[in-house]
Amino acid sequence: MNAITKTPKAASKLAAVTRRGVIVSATAAGGALLVGCSMGDVLSLGAKKTDFGAFGPFIKIDPDGWVTVFNKHQEMGQGNHAGLAAIVAEELDADWDKVRVEPSAANAKIYANTLIGGLQGTGGSTAIANSWTQLRLAGAGARAMFVQAASARWATPEKDITVKDGVVSHTPSGRTAHFAELLPDVAKLTPPKQPALKKPSEFTLIGTDRVRRKDSTAKSTGTARYTQDVHLPNMLTAMVAHPTKFGAKVDSFDATAAKAVPGVVDVVQIPTGVAVIAENTYAARKGREALKVTWNEDKAEKRSSDQIMAGYKDVADGKTDVKWHVFQTAGDAASAFSGALFEVSYEFPYLAHATMEPMNCVAEVDGHKVKLTFGSQIQTLDQLNAAMVVGTLPGAVQIETLPAGGSFGRRGNPTSDYATECVHIAKHVGGGRPVKLVWTREDDMTGGRYRPMVLHTVAVKTDKDGFPAAWRHRVVTQSTTKGLPGGGGFDPSAVEGTKGSPYLKATPVVDGQAYLADFPVTVLWWRSVGATHTAMTMEHTIDQLARKAGKDPADYRRALYKRAGADRHLAVLNLACEKAGWGQPLPAGVARGLAVHESFGTLVAQIAEVSLKDGAPKVGRVVCAVDCGVAIAPDLIAAQMEGGVCYGLSAALYGQITLKDGTVEQENFDTYRVLRMNEAPTVETYIVASGNPPSGAGEPGTPLIAPAVANALLALTGKPTTSLPFVKA
Amino acid sequence: MALTLNINGQIYPVTAAPDTPLLWVLRDELKMTGTKYGCGIAQCGACTVQADGQPIRSCQTPIQAAQGVKITTIEGLGGNHPLQTAWVKHDVPQCGYCQSGQLMSAAALLAAKPKPTDQDIDDAMSGNICRCGTYQRIRAAIKDASGQGPTATPLLATTAA
Repeated sequence: MNAITKTPKAASKLAAVTRRGVIVSATAAGGALLVGCSMGDVLSLGAKKTDFGAFGPFIKIDPDGWVTVFNKHQEMGQGNHAGLAAIVAEELDADWDKVRVEPSAANAKIYANTLIGGLQGTGGSTAIANSWTQLRLAGAGARAMFVQAASARWATPEKDITVKDGVVSHTPSGRTAHFAELLPDVAKLTPPKQPALKKPSEFTLIGTDRVRRKDSTAKSTGTARYTQDVHLPNMLTAMVAHPTKFGAKVDSFDATAAKAVPGVVDVVQIPTGVAVIAENTYAARKGREALKVTWNEDKAEKRSSDQIMAGYKDVADGKTDVKWHVFQTAGDAASAFSGALFEVSYEFPYLAHATMEPMNCVAEVDGHKVKLTFGSQIQTLDQLNAAMVVGTLPGAVQIETLPAGGSFGRRGNPTSDYATECVHIAKHVGGGRPVKLVWTREDDMTGGRYRPMVLHTVAVKTDKDGFPAAWRHRVVTQSTTKGLPGGGGFDPSAVEGTKGSPYLKATPVVDGQAYLADFPVTVLWWRSVGATHTAMTMEHTIDQLARKAGKDPADYRRALYKRAGADRHLAVLNLACEKAGWGQPLPAGVARGLAVHESFGTLVAQIAEVSLKDGAPKVGRVVCAVDCGVAIAPDLIAAQMEGGVCYGLSAALYGQITLKDGTVEQENFDTYRVLRMNEAPTVETYIVASGNPPSGAGEPGTPLIAPAVANALLALTGKPTTSLPFVKA
Repeated sequence: MALTLNINGQIYPVTAAPDTPLLWVLRDELKMTGTKYGCGIAQCGACTVQADGQPIRSCQTPIQAAQGVKITTIEGLGGNHPLQTAWVKHDVPQCGYCQSGQLMSAAALLAAKPKPTDQDIDDAMSGNICRCGTYQRIRAAIKDASGQGPTATPLLATTAA
């Protein structure tokens, strides 16, 4: 299966911006200039030498026969742990019921993610794609060692030996041995470099409903251990007073009253604010309430969000002189846009990730020794940022990665914002005394790192059949890679999904340009990243064009996909239409809306059945067709589609962070409304059978529900949606 | 003036001040970390425990108000509660952080209404936020645990031929 070596199209968005910058930062942190080293060498400088067992860094087999798979990625709910373990178990022919998963150590040399620039980390729905070949080889290598050991022990040819469910057998003689029995023999062997891999037709675990989560029991009994649950001997708990405006700094503070609160141990200024250090969480909170801080807001952002959007519109309208980034061109744009144009624009608000577990971290700093215990998403960046605070080598920063109570992108960020805060405080405390930094919900929601505000403006000239002949597209937003080592250039995620769209490929003349504004409000990738706004823009525009042309929206798309050679788009569209009964009658007041989008190499089509209740959309059934290559864990893919629809719908219906004079207006779930049980749709997931290498499932289900609902509303009311959320506060 | 709390059938003397929310006494003083902090203002339900069988938000319940009340937390649900079995069978959790609160609300619902309707489930469960969007599986698991749901593996994904 040669196809397994092909990387998914999503490949390396981060790679381009991080590779060089990270090396520079790593060497800066280490205080050395290194020539001729690989990035993994540099990033793991200072790491303790680890002696892995016979099976290498991903597999451990204990004398009781249990197989442990080490997960180098972050488990934040998406269930990658089960898919990754299944890849190993499949090639190893292990007993799936005796396979467990543990987080690996942080070590960029051993555990890098090649799809995010060689950092160890999880993002861009790459966990399965990045590990597919690596873990197949690891599993197959371990299996080959058992076969070799049994062959030697029994003096039988290797070709007569089979492995099933952790048992090695020689059928002609009837001899069998469990993995555990052969361990002493296997320990003397080294894994083969290129073990034979199974053909997909030989898979017995991958693609079956036996691949289920390994953590459901722990998460249904309250025993799963999150960062919030870490209690270490002598541990302190800290909270930080942050400014209410982005870009403000501490001017002065008075800690007298805070220090008088029982349980408060210390108050200290750190670069991002003033930290209150206490014996427990409640004391830290009371101490922070008593703290008085004066902020210097000279360089702070003081605009309201409507003023920011007005500025974006001025840029898009050419009223502000800026340097545009050309992201896509085709044909002769200079003369193609004369005459009647279809013009539409879309406004997208800031969105908070609003994970159930607010940001937090546990740090221990003793001189140059650092240990972090938390839901680290991009371990290598967290190591780098922590190392820079204490002046050590990145590899010397030890991380115990815990499961995260949600992330949706929030826990992995260029500056490791909350983790770095915790390191500053633990450095002040010193002596290796553990400090748990707790962000309250209010800290988390007002703390920035939002999905950026975005403005898309689109002008389309259509041909005689109503198809796009010329497409002009402008995007104005902020960069999510600002602050990333080497991330100062154009952020490709700002236009991903518009750039590369089959609709633009099918259009003879294209003029696509973007401008990324730079101001202090901090932004970040948010589950499905650029697709959160490009899917809505492209899919809702296409429905309006189809309607204008008097064509069925599904047929209109089919014609464009054929022109663009977008076979996989066509396949998910057709599957969704078939399963949803596209074109079949619905009860009065209910309409279907369709959307198709590719993100991170995965194709998704969704059809939503929508009605209006008290003027707001109510979503009932959602049919979801997905093509993510080989479906390793079908039920987990379904879970991600269900969750992606809910996460996307929550934002589409209600999500918006707004600024008033620079201050965030939403602080908690009473004002940042999210989807609840009574509003949750029923999602049906259908997976396209595929032999292609696997791509991700964590994010691609998210961005289609907004345009699917908008398109259903268009069918119901004839009115387009030009801004989100649908329900304004 | 130390207070005492009755949690999962055991009496615990606690040292926290009387106005301290039950949540922080459970988590920080008694190290029962199954009950989660999510919002602190009774909006998300992650901190749900039962007081004499009724679901309450422990983040907004000072311990002085919990005197003489039988508190049940996720640790007291037993591990083999029919809802916990159904949760595992349906692979309900994703990140899992909200699920202790979801289970405590659901257990109170089933105790009051052994065969809840969809409307009952909406009414009882809409105070518990799940950002991963596991609502559909929570509903399926509640129905299953109450003998109204699918008994087979609830695999929803279908691989098209």
